[in-house]
Amino acid sequence: MLKLAVWKFSSCDGCQLSLLDCEDELLLITEKIQIAYFLEASRRKMKGPYDLSLIEGSVTTSEERERALSIRKNSLLVVTIGACATAGGIQALRNFSQVNQYISQVYPRPEFIETLKESLPISHFIPVDYELRGCPISKRQLLQLISSLLVGKRPSFPTESVCAECKRKGNICVMVAHQTPCLGPVTQCGCDALCPTYRRGCYGCFGPKETPNTSSLAQWLNQESHLSPKEISHLFRSYNATSTSFQKESERWNVKPSEIYEKDKKEEDKEGKNKGGQGRPKDLKKGSGKKED
Amino acid sequence: MAKKKTKTKTAARPSGSKSRTIKVDYLARVEGEGALYLKMRGEEVLDVRLEIFEPPRFFEALLQGRNFSEAPDITARICGICPVAYQMSAVHAMESALGVQITPEIRLLRRLLYCGEWIESHVLHIYLLHAPDFLRFEGVVDMAKKFRPEVERGLKLKKFGNEIVQLLGGREIHPINVRVGGFHHLPSQTQFQALLNNLKWGRDHAIQTIRWVSSFDFPELHRNIEMVSLSHPNEYPFNEGRVISNLGLNIEPSQFETSISESHLQHSHALHAHINERGSYLVGPMARFHLNYEKLPDLVKEVARSVDLSPKPAVNPFRSIIVRALEVLFAFHEAITIIERISFPTPSFVEVQPPQMEATGFAATEAPRGLLYHRYKIQPDGSIDSAQIIPPTSQNQSTIEEDLKEVASKNHHLTDDDLTHLCEQTIRNYDPCISCATHFLKLKRVQL
Repeated sequence: MLKLAVWKFSSCDGCQLSLLDCEDELLLITEKIQIAYFLEASRRKMKGPYDLSLIEGSVTTSEERERALSIRKNSLLVVTIGACATAGGIQALRNFSQVNQYISQVYPRPEFIETLKESLPISHFIPVDYELRGCPISKRQLLQLISSLLVGKRPSFPTESVCAECKRKGNICVMVAHQTPCLGPVTQCGCDALCPTYRRGCYGCFGPKETPNTSSLAQWLNQESHLSPKEISHLFRSYNATSTSFQKESERWNVKPSEIYEKDKKEEDKEGKNKGGQGRPKDLKKGSGKKED
Repeated sequence: MAKKKTKTKTAARPSGSKSRTIKVDYLARVEGEGALYLKMRGEEVLDVRLEIFEPPRFFEALLQGRNFSEAPDITARICGICPVAYQMSAVHAMESALGVQITPEIRLLRRLLYCGEWIESHVLHIYLLHAPDFLRFEGVVDMAKKFRPEVERGLKLKKFGNEIVQLLGGREIHPINVRVGGFHHLPSQTQFQALLNNLKWGRDHAIQTIRWVSSFDFPELHRNIEMVSLSHPNEYPFNEGRVISNLGLNIEPSQFETSISESHLQHSHALHAHINERGSYLVGPMARFHLNYEKLPDLVKEVARSVDLSPKPAVNPFRSIIVRALEVLFAFHEAITIIERISFPTPSFVEVQPPQMEATGFAATEAPRGLLYHRYKIQPDGSIDSAQIIPPTSQNQSTIEEDLKEVASKNHHLTDDDLTHLCEQTIRNYDPCISCATHFLKLKRVQL
């Protein structure tokens, strides 16, 4: 029996829920797979080593960073599931801002909060064997991964664009027909072209496809969809904001001074804090980086 | 996991004067990461903490500067189990800020979508997360070895709830079809009607679920606690109504923050909510049932009576599993009614424009776990200036801790293992959603 562990990092629980959402297959799966560690489903905590570790969520605390290392040591295969684990997730929007400000905006007692400056994908810290993209992942791809591994086959997932899926479905292109902004041309498939099927533009849950031409698409969005630079920047800066090509494109259109970050900047200067670079993540110990308030 | 093992000593029983501590570092079968810490001497509970260490993700801050139309998609990511709740509170708050009136059909379809989420989330909790506590299994996989037909029934019920969300929302987790003003695109009447057979099966088997769960053994616990939920003049509440309680609270959602405050305690990344001048309260299925019993359809009332459940001021939180099952029945019933009633074709959304001037919107809707409040301030360019989100679990956190105190004290004679399990079960009575509340949960009992 394949020994499975499911781990949660900073996330919404949705991707691991996908496994419990396999209502037709769940009991069948558990005949072939031993669920050794899956807190959302069971109190049983079996020790490693595990044959397969599925990791949901991004690394946002020093504890999570350590945990990633220990999971890697204890697992034959590590597969990251979902946009948080593969690209930092929506919480990686903090990487473009000042996390201290975020803390004090949300929590009355910032000194109780311990968090890293950035939300980073698991692969930033440990080698990862496979990844399942998506916010959330596709149940079909999850089942495909598990069944491939059970028969000893190398799992493989298409890396073409959402457009390819969309054409095969026979959808009318939302961009061509309605100038609706759509990330389909630069986004990896896997969702079955869900958003265009519901007549809205793709917003990039599955992250960039292989070799995406983001700048050409961004130009089109600017000229044909009449999106403002800020809107283009935001479109690329959502659930996979730290994926290289999406990040670059969002930065290109993030014309300064942008209202959003200007405010952050001002307050930062006031507090005389360090510049918020893209440096290595550092611990933000309780209260550190804040003056003695 | 490398993390230190739970310091629970097996079969150890505390002798009179020594204090003992119970710890559970990672609570299982809840959504998100939490821990339990309990310190007691004899029957006296010295300290009890439901620790929520789920890492904060700062949603309220990262919404700033984003367009108002993005709020339903972004806030859905707070929780993979109840994304619809976040989308509903977000769209209603935005619509209140922008003065948008939705059509009666869109209103009905939103109720339908919520029915799907209530079924999916409640059934997940009843069958996969909570029933194993009553039947003494570690999880659903073990439970399925002895209770295969029941588990199969649960999975099917869950699937049929998910079918609603999938059709109307596009997918079960983080639906893509909800927008401020309505839906991006509406499936056809035929597609909705195709759900009916499964929904009718669901309605019948929801009744079996109620009978099954009411046959469980329930630990004793009587709590007189303020219960808060939405109340609508003629409907069991989902998306709208006043915020009321059994102790006389009766406010519009826009007055929520003047009546309820949040405080930040060191052991939790969730803020504790209190009603000003009164203290802790309870939201969720029990509160909804007790405050809105009269609005339930006769079928649901009849089944409730048959399992001896009626609205009483003192509740036993362990019996919340029955109330949840009743709400599953209600949701199937309501979904069928809506599908049979709604007339097609109907426009999928109402046009929405950014506000003329700075505008603030408020909304409270009933997430499966209880009242979910959103407030947004929007700038004339459509960007979000500030956001405030108060999830159900942070409202229940103090009440859970009070329950734990009473349960631990009453059951101090139990072994550490049994007491730990009972405390976990106490927490799971509330179907806590830690991912939501963080902006939730861990059992620790320390043996000194």
